[in-house]
Amino acid sequence: MNIRKYLKVYKKFLHTSLASELEYKTNILVDLITAILSLVGSIFLLSIFFQNNGYIGGWKFEQAMIIQAIYTILNGITNTWFNPNLTEIVKHIREGTLDFVLLKPIDSQFFISLKKINPSGFLEIMLGFLLLFFCIRINQININLSFLTLSSITISCSICILYSLWFFISTTTIWFVKTWNAIEVLRSFLYIGRFPLNSFSFSLRIFFSVFIPIAFITTIPSEVFLGLSVLWKILLEVIVATVFLITSRKFWLFALKFYSSASS
Amino acid sequence: MVQNIINVKNLSKSFDISSKEPGFKGTIKHFFRRQTKSLKVIKDISFEIKEGEIVGFLGANGAGKTTILKMLCGLIYPSEGSILVSGYLPFRRKENFLKNITLIMGQKQQLIWDLPPIESFYLNASIYDLDKFEAKKRIKKLSEMLEIDEELFIPVRKLSLGQRMKSELLAALIHEPNILFLDEPTLGLDINAQRNLRKFLQRYNKETNATICLTSHYMKDITSLCKRVICVHEGRISYNGKLDLLLKKLSPVKEILIVCRTEEDAIKLENSGFSVKNKIKNEITIKIENHSITSSLKTILNNFDIEDLFINEPPIDEVIGKVLIKKNYDI
Repeated sequence: MNIRKYLKVYKKFLHTSLASELEYKTNILVDLITAILSLVGSIFLLSIFFQNNGYIGGWKFEQAMIIQAIYTILNGITNTWFNPNLTEIVKHIREGTLDFVLLKPIDSQFFISLKKINPSGFLEIMLGFLLLFFCIRINQININLSFLTLSSITISCSICILYSLWFFISTTTIWFVKTWNAIEVLRSFLYIGRFPLNSFSFSLRIFFSVFIPIAFITTIPSEVFLGLSVLWKILLEVIVATVFLITSRKFWLFALKFYSSASS
Repeated sequence: MVQNIINVKNLSKSFDISSKEPGFKGTIKHFFRRQTKSLKVIKDISFEIKEGEIVGFLGANGAGKTTILKMLCGLIYPSEGSILVSGYLPFRRKENFLKNITLIMGQKQQLIWDLPPIESFYLNASIYDLDKFEAKKRIKKLSEMLEIDEELFIPVRKLSLGQRMKSELLAALIHEPNILFLDEPTLGLDINAQRNLRKFLQRYNKETNATICLTSHYMKDITSLCKRVICVHEGRISYNGKLDLLLKKLSPVKEILIVCRTEEDAIKLENSGFSVKNKIKNEITIKIENHSITSSLKTILNNFDIEDLFINEPPIDEVIGKVLIKKNYDI
């Protein structure tokens, strides 16, 4: 793979999608306001849950805020990259414009996963990081090299799991044409990621760890921040992320063999 | 000797198609127990195309023209048979193969809707690994050939269909491919825009010796661009050869409208043994076979007092229309 070419293409993707979005100034402004209100609303909701005894599943409000911060960062990434691109796959397949992507001398997964960008998602990512730094202060977390490495690894793995899950569902469009509902269900499950995994019943914990690994996405990185994590969990997250990423890639290449293009 | 650039042997393609009975009951049945059947849309076809040729694919809607084109460019996997395009198996979509081809579809677009076409051109240039200087040079050359200038800087959504199609062409040709697959490129364009597009394709073919495979329902596209046509009927090739031979075979007679000086001359001509289509006062229309047209006209001009005459070719659409509904043409 020619990395220099891919970087050049990605620079063009950034440029064209930013230019496209900036054509609609009001839309960006509304998106920015929505991101702020959504974060305020989420923190308010979280504070209500913690009002009675101050603990949920063994987590204090200040600790649970870390999960909220990581969720906000991931949601920002979802809104910046995943949502504008991966929902577009459905459109590409229904309307047959995937033809143009497949006939370009570039990796089709790279093209359809990164072509667009929603700049208003950046604010959400920024707000997430601000909240995270605030949480680090109030929870008196000691920042050192191993902490930075582990937190970067776990957050990167979370992004990979989230992307793979979404991409996997979008790929099934090649057979089922409309899979919008499945993506909506996935998004609804992601909301659960705002709460500590321990706050759910045993059966739900198993469900969110094994079948839809929401638990890996927010809880494990948060545990790293609080020094509660154990090595096997981090290793497990790395393994899950790698398996998911490879499987989604293989699944895409397999699915393309069944692509029949839309009729003209 | 000119080499074959496309080789197709015993190619077939089947699709799984689901069918639904009408009405609510049919909808429920379709939802719970979907019945699918395998439909063979391309049936054991073989043909070759030489480098630099412009070949038109003719056929009724659903005959399989677009499916053939999509298999040739590697979008669809063939079910049986083999395809070799420029030495590559198309469905493997190797980088060097993709750099050699392009697909233009009249009803689909790749330009970024909210931005001027120039942005899409530079994006494509980066995908094809062209540097900025080279991209600029090619955009300038192609925009001159396509006669577009200011349109390059106007958002695509504000361009007319004709301007958009020209920009689509430029975006699709920026990497200077030597095989062009065009699926109804003039669809929806007005007469002038159609003519300009045809003119451009002719020039592009002449200057670059690019091979062009074209489908179109506008007969003018086929007659002015293609010397050779491949007619597809229900997934099979019904004719593969020169267009003029096909036309001669399909329309062996010409209609000649003769204006006589007097009505008496017209009556005399009517009774002289020619095949008369109709006669109105001193105007008479007769049918003459192509091979005897010169001798027949000589006889008429020598023996009758003629004021004027017109030789009419049968409308091309009508002639080609016959191809679309027949299974085989042996010429």
